[in-house]
Amino acid sequence: MARITAGVGCSHVPAIGVAMDTGITDQPYWKPVFDGFKKSREWMKEQNPDVIFLVYNDHCTAFDASCIPTFALGCAAEFQPADEGWGPRPVPVVRNHQKLASHIAQSLVLDEFDMTIMNEMEVDHGLTVPLSVMYGEVPQDGEWPALVIPLAVNVVQYPAPTGNRCYNLGKAIRRAIDAYDEDLNVMIFGTGGMSHQLQYKRAGLINPEWDNRFLDMMANDPVAASQIQHIEYLRETGSEGIEMVMWLVMRGALDEQVTEVHRHYHVPASNTAVGHIILENHA
Amino acid sequence: MTDRPEKPYEDIPGTFVFDADRSREGYHLNQFCISLRLQKNRDAFNADEEIYLDKYPMSAEQRAAVLTRDWNRLLELGGNIYYTSKLAANDGINFQNLAGLMTGMGVEAYRDMMLHGGRPIEGNRTKSEWEKD
Repeated sequence: MARITAGVGCSHVPAIGVAMDTGITDQPYWKPVFDGFKKSREWMKEQNPDVIFLVYNDHCTAFDASCIPTFALGCAAEFQPADEGWGPRPVPVVRNHQKLASHIAQSLVLDEFDMTIMNEMEVDHGLTVPLSVMYGEVPQDGEWPALVIPLAVNVVQYPAPTGNRCYNLGKAIRRAIDAYDEDLNVMIFGTGGMSHQLQYKRAGLINPEWDNRFLDMMANDPVAASQIQHIEYLRETGSEGIEMVMWLVMRGALDEQVTEVHRHYHVPASNTAVGHIILENHA
Repeated sequence: MTDRPEKPYEDIPGTFVFDADRSREGYHLNQFCISLRLQKNRDAFNADEEIYLDKYPMSAEQRAAVLTRDWNRLLELGGNIYYTSKLAANDGINFQNLAGLMTGMGVEAYRDMMLHGGRPIEGNRTKSEWEKD
């Protein structure tokens, strides 16, 4: 049977992708960001997942303002890295486990989570940067080591889905994957955050105390994290900090008790606090 | 906009929460911005901005803010940062330098603030805290 073995929380700052794509990760500005992923890359090699269920948000790339799905599940065979205005990232095409994706779509809708199903979609830095930081540089003509099922969550137009809704969706994703009759090692990534505000006069807001409390809750008290209200994310972590609701989808798909394998926190990457956590389900 | 009880986030200083009202106001502006995601559209816009903008029925104020690259005004008129950043990218301005412009700090001072831990939360939670200064 398919099983979810671990969850990864991880920021997806576009400048991190640019730093990797232009080969400047050893520069003093970037080195502390990437040093925190050394252990993660070794861990990924050891764990070698077959499939990554990757929760991220599209940054007005594949979705324009004409259609704003709250939860959009990628069911296409593959997803091309998108041009976000500065050229597509030179990374491999992202390939899906299409049969598992359609199984999850069907299971979720019958479980009363009404997904939008994407049979064509380009993917932006929100999806490719987490793959890059966790796997390291992969040449454009190479292959990502795992198949990827994308779940795009609207966090651009207010309101994003509540943390509680995201947490419960994670549980439903777990039920779907647990019921899939193929021996697969599946990981789930929740991406975005941590505190950051990209816009207007309060841009640059960073709240490390809040972020670290959130990381603690991810490890030890996910139910409390699921009850954080939108106004708290917006006020305390910046208008774009609300991306952290996506970590709750990941957390909901794990056991209530997990083992924290690794944690990394660094300020800054561009405008953003970089946060990262690896949580393993008990076997 | 004035403070409204159903919009508690209107009390956060220096921030626009991109809700349905802002999305409605900024629709054509944002659709213009996202069109610049593609190289062929960037080429057409850069060849003649006025002609290109004729395709998007935005307000005169929105159009003027595009032409003058008034980044804060674009947000005040319903733009969202993930859209307006496409116009900035067309001009060779990345997210961090755009933030330097929007905050009025300038690129160097903003980058320096981020290197020293960013803008602290203390004193930046509510509009009343900003009005004290």
